[in-house]
Amino acid sequence: MGKTFQRPEALSDAVTHYCPGCTHGIIHRLIAEVIDELGIRGRTVGVAPVGCAVLAYNYFTFDFQEAAHGRAPAMATGIKRVRPDLMVFTYQGDGDLASIGMGEIVHAANRGEKFTTIFVNNAVYGMTGGQMAPTTMPNQRTTTSPFGRRVDEVGMPIKVAELLAALQTPGYIVRQTVISPKYIKRAKRAIKQAFTYQKEGRCYSFVEVVSTCPTNWGMTPMEAIQWTQDTMLPYYELGELKTPETTD
Amino acid sequence: MGKVLMKGNEAIGEAAIRAGCLNYFAYPITPQSEVAEYLSRRLPEAGGVFLQGESEVAVSYMIFGAAAAGARIFTTSSSPGISLMCEGISYIAAAQCPAVFVNIMRGGPGLGGILPSQADYFQATKGGGHGDYRMLVMAPASVQEAVEMVMTAFPLAEKYRNPVMILGDGLIGQMMEPVEFPDDLRSEPSNKDDWATNGMDTRRSDKRNLVKSLFLDPDQLNRNNLALKAKYDRMNREEVRYETYHMDLDYRVLIVSYGTMSRVCRTAIDNLAEEGIDVGMIRPQTLFPFPVQQVHDAAQKQSCVHVASIEMSMGQMVEDVQRALQGVKPVSWYGKCGGDVPTPEEIMEFVRTLL
Repeated sequence: MGKTFQRPEALSDAVTHYCPGCTHGIIHRLIAEVIDELGIRGRTVGVAPVGCAVLAYNYFTFDFQEAAHGRAPAMATGIKRVRPDLMVFTYQGDGDLASIGMGEIVHAANRGEKFTTIFVNNAVYGMTGGQMAPTTMPNQRTTTSPFGRRVDEVGMPIKVAELLAALQTPGYIVRQTVISPKYIKRAKRAIKQAFTYQKEGRCYSFVEVVSTCPTNWGMTPMEAIQWTQDTMLPYYELGELKTPETTD
Repeated sequence: MGKVLMKGNEAIGEAAIRAGCLNYFAYPITPQSEVAEYLSRRLPEAGGVFLQGESEVAVSYMIFGAAAAGARIFTTSSSPGISLMCEGISYIAAAQCPAVFVNIMRGGPGLGGILPSQADYFQATKGGGHGDYRMLVMAPASVQEAVEMVMTAFPLAEKYRNPVMILGDGLIGQMMEPVEFPDDLRSEPSNKDDWATNGMDTRRSDKRNLVKSLFLDPDQLNRNNLALKAKYDRMNREEVRYETYHMDLDYRVLIVSYGTMSRVCRTAIDNLAEEGIDVGMIRPQTLFPFPVQQVHDAAQKQSCVHVASIEMSMGQMVEDVQRALQGVKPVSWYGKCGGDVPTPEEIMEFVRTLL
C-alpha cells in the first residue's frame, strides 16, 4: 500500500509562525491541495497581504509577490492583465481587505478580473495585536474596542461576500469556514471551484473563509471554534452567494 | 518616419509604444489625461494592455504587480496623483522592480492649480514615499526630448531594476511640437527570469521567485538598503546628463535651470548677451543624479560672480545647487509657482540685480 496522505507539492515544509489554533494553516493546505490537483503550480502567482499572512509565501512553493496593506487586488490585476495565462490569487485578511483595501477589492471584483481571492475573516486585526476590524462582531472586545464594538458608534460589521455579491459582474462569491472536518471539505470544494473558474477564464472568484484567532480573542482553540459557531456563523451565513450559472 | 506635429502628452504615449512598452495603467488627472485618452485607442490597436484604474493608489500597485511579473509597464499622472502613487513607488523601489512613471507637474501644494509647475522636484528627487530609495529622474525641455527620455527610460529602469521618472512640467504635456520617434531608441525588454514572478513554467525552472520588501531581520534589511544604495551610487557615477549653453563665454552669472524654464532662460541669456552681459547655463537633464560636479566646476570660472537657480517652484533645486557649490560662489533662487512661467524680461531683470 502506498502513501495515502502527504504534504502537497505546493506546500513547503517551513515551520509555522501562526499561533496554536489559528486556521491559516488549514486554509494554506487547502489552497496547496487544490493547486496540486489542478496541476497549476508552475503557472501560479500568489499575492500576500499585510497582516499575519504577510509571510504566507514561506509556506508555498510557487511564485509569490508581497503587496502593501490592502493593495493585493490591484497587484493581482496588474499581473493578470499582462499575463492572462498565469493563475493568480490574493490571500487577504479582514483588516487588509475590508478596511484599507475596500476600494481595491470592490473595483477588482466589479471589473471581473479573472483572479481568485481567498478572504480570511477572523473578525480582528491579527498581526498588529488584536485591534477592531470592519468585521469585528457587535460587542466583541478588542484592543481598540475595550468595551466591546459599539455599533451605534462604528456601525455593524461588514458582510463583504454579500457586498460583492450585490455587484453584477463578479461571478463566484462564496462563504465557508474551516472549524470542523465537514466544513473543511466544503471550503476545499469552494476553493477548487474558484480556481477552476479562473482556469476556465470565466470570472472573478471570491472565497470568504470564516476563521478563528484564539490569541487575539483571548480564547483557547476549542473556545474559539465554539465562538465562531455561536457568534460568527449566524451573522456570516455560509454558502454560495453567487455562481456564474446564476449570473449568466 | 519623418517629423509629425504632436501634443506632448500624446507623443509621450506613442513614445512608450515605440520603445516596446505595451502595458499602461492610469487614472485621469489634468494636465496629462490626454496620455490615457490616446493610449486607450492606441494600445488595443497595437495589441497592448490599457486599463483605467480606480485611483492612483491602485494604479501604482497594478504597475507593481505587472512589473514584478516581468512586463514592461508605465503610467502617467500629475502632481497630486503622483503623491498618491508614492506609496507604491516606495514598494517598487524596495522590491527592485523596473517601472516608468511620468509626472506632468501642475502647481501645488494641495489641489494647487492645473497650470505648469516644477514644484515636485523634492518629491521626485528626494524620495516622496517612505524609506531610503531614489528614482532616476529625467527632465525634458521639449516634446522631442520627452519622447527620447521616455524611450530610454525603459532600458534604464531594467538596467537598475528601479523606478525611473520623467519629470515634465504642464507645458511639456500640453504644447504641440514637431517630433520624431528614433528607431534606434527602441529596445527589447531584458530577460527577467532570475527574479520575476512570471511563473516557473515560463522560465522552465523549479526555483520559485519571490518579490517582496519585508525584511524583519535588521541585517537583511540593512543589506537590502546597501544594495539599493550601491545602485544609486552607480547612477551618480554613470547616468548624469546635462546640457550647457554659452559656457564658452566668460560668463558673469551661471544659471542652472531645467525643463520648460530653461528655454525661457535661453531667450533671456541671448537678450542679455546683446546688452553685453554674458551669462552661461547648465541645464540638468537628469535631476537625480544631479550634475553636482559639473555645476561645481562651472561655478569655479574666474569671471563667474554669481550662480542662480531659476525654477518654477519656491526654491527646490536651489538646494542641490548649493550642495554642488559648497559655498564657493553665492547662490540665489528666482522663480514663480502659480502657473505663470517667468518671462525673459523678468529673468533678465533678476540677473541684472545680481551684478
